Amino acid sequence: MSNDLAISARQLTKRFGDFTAVDAITFDVKRGEIFGFLGANGAGKTTAMRMLCGLSFPTSGTATIAGFDLAGEPEKIKRSIGYMSQKFSLYDDLSIVENIRFYGGIYGLTDQEIKDKTSQLLEVLHLQDQAKTLTKALPLGWKQKVAFSVAMVHQPKIVFLDEPTGGVDPVTRREFWTMIYEAAHAGTTVFVTTHYMDEAEYCDRVSIMVDGRIEALDTPLRLKQQFNSASMEGVFIQLARKATRSDG
Amino acid sequence: MRALRILLEKEFRQIFRNPAILRLMFMMPTVQLLFLPLAADYEVKHVNVCVVDYDRSPYSHRLVNKIKATDYFQLVDYTDSYDKALRQLARDEADVVVQISDGFERSLVRENEATVFLAVNAVNGVKANLGGAYMRAVISDFNNEVRVEWAPPQGMNLQPVIGVEAINWYNPLMNYKIFMVPGIVVILVTMVGGFLSALNIVKEKEVGTIEQINVTPIHKYQFILGKLIPFWVLGLIILTIGLFISWVAYGIVPVGSLLTIYVFAAAYLLAVLGMGLGVSTLANNQQQAMLISFFLMMIFILLGGLYTSIDSMPRWAQVVTWFNPVTYFIEVMRMVVLKGSTLYDIRMHIGIVLLMAVVLNGFAVLNYRKRS
Repeated sequence: MSNDLAISARQLTKRFGDFTAVDAITFDVKRGEIFGFLGANGAGKTTAMRMLCGLSFPTSGTATIAGFDLAGEPEKIKRSIGYMSQKFSLYDDLSIVENIRFYGGIYGLTDQEIKDKTSQLLEVLHLQDQAKTLTKALPLGWKQKVAFSVAMVHQPKIVFLDEPTGGVDPVTRREFWTMIYEAAHAGTTVFVTTHYMDEAEYCDRVSIMVDGRIEALDTPLRLKQQFNSASMEGVFIQLARKATRSDG
Repeated sequence: MRALRILLEKEFRQIFRNPAILRLMFMMPTVQLLFLPLAADYEVKHVNVCVVDYDRSPYSHRLVNKIKATDYFQLVDYTDSYDKALRQLARDEADVVVQISDGFERSLVRENEATVFLAVNAVNGVKANLGGAYMRAVISDFNNEVRVEWAPPQGMNLQPVIGVEAINWYNPLMNYKIFMVPGIVVILVTMVGGFLSALNIVKEKEVGTIEQINVTPIHKYQFILGKLIPFWVLGLIILTIGLFISWVAYGIVPVGSLLTIYVFAAAYLLAVLGMGLGVSTLANNQQQAMLISFFLMMIFILLGGLYTSIDSMPRWAQVVTWFNPVTYFIEVMRMVVLKGSTLYDIRMHIGIVLLMAVVLNGFAVLNYRKRS
């Protein structure tokens, strides 16, 4: 495996009893790439992502994340990745600054680093006035932006984002994607799931999962050509329609 | 170490920002310690007595007056119908019926022997037992008086009687409060520590923040320690409040040293919190955690020897109490508060509780999985 691969999955499978949530997926993600991980509800996106983050044991298959083996070096992987789960991942009874301090501290940032990082983030997010506000008092869009910043606090090589913009208004979504682009520019690989097809167009490459398998993987432009569709939405609908599995 | 400090900082912030926990910390000791000892008093007073006197003689009157004279009994009715008295028993107006049969005085004088019949309402077992026993004592006292009056001047026929005089060591007045309050302090520390720790990790599971923790390189033991230490401090604060209230409200000052109590409590809390955290790793949501803890707490408290003596339990139940941390703390509290036992005296207790702490916290660390 070459060094410019951030993620490399081989035949990665997860079964829950008789149910195969993720069925032998194989793919590579290049360093610095924005990789869109699409699929209908219940297609197995979150399960796959949880395996890649070391939250869930693969039933079979292997993967290398940031150069480390998923089975053997999960704790090393954890230092190199950031993760933003579907569920809200900040402590809502802590303020923005306290959340940053907590996660920064856990990743081993020094007090000075935390301080610098905090003022930098507050400035970028224009949240200087809200520094001491408890997170639960923030609107959803702001929360998600703070959560992304917190997932990036230790400058990970790869960041996993599970539906980061779900329920967020279009303006904030646009701003959120600006942040994703900036992270990718700075060299971070972004692995993102979404249900918004306009967001899929922003990705360098896109994979589409159907019933636990990756049915298509390419740049948005080539996928549209391949499926003879004007938009990613058309591509997605053609593929997702084949799904036999119901929402799960 | 830095990760642990960061974790502690966050836990303490969350605890002191939670008004429910703060209220609980002060309300629970106050309410429990001011009200529970009143309910946990085994002395029975105001037993309602109904006397059925078929004899109506000077001797029967003397007996009735004697019953009336103690403050344990309250004469609710003096009648000559047993049926009427039983109806009062049925209506709960009387707890004990004393029946003095016709010819009581005559047979006492002539045959040197007379029978008094007692009927006790055993719906309330404690009241029935003690009320009956008190009544027997009163009647036997009456019996002695009569015998002295009738004895021949030389005292030849007087049967020998062994009188027993008991001195109650360590609690001379047999004050139930001195006995109960230290035990209630134990229950308090156990409940607060056990429930709060059981709910804590589960809450992170429910909210979803545990996922975020699990993708960080934090060690499992660091995470568990980060949860253990804040509640350990909280438990010792509760203990302090409890001891303070028992001093202010009941004037209870431990005969032994406070240090002994705190050293034991420090070890004990590790065990209780370990159990709570173990429950927290087992349960998937706060409701489950609450029910499991409630189940365990009920058993621990009822089998802990606070309300009932462990010595009088069946053998197998006594074996169960060996695995109950509450038993050891209640014993230690009573030993130190009433008897002034020292650290050396309770070394076994400390050892056992520490062993429990190691096992329970070990379980919590092992059962907490960063990966499923």
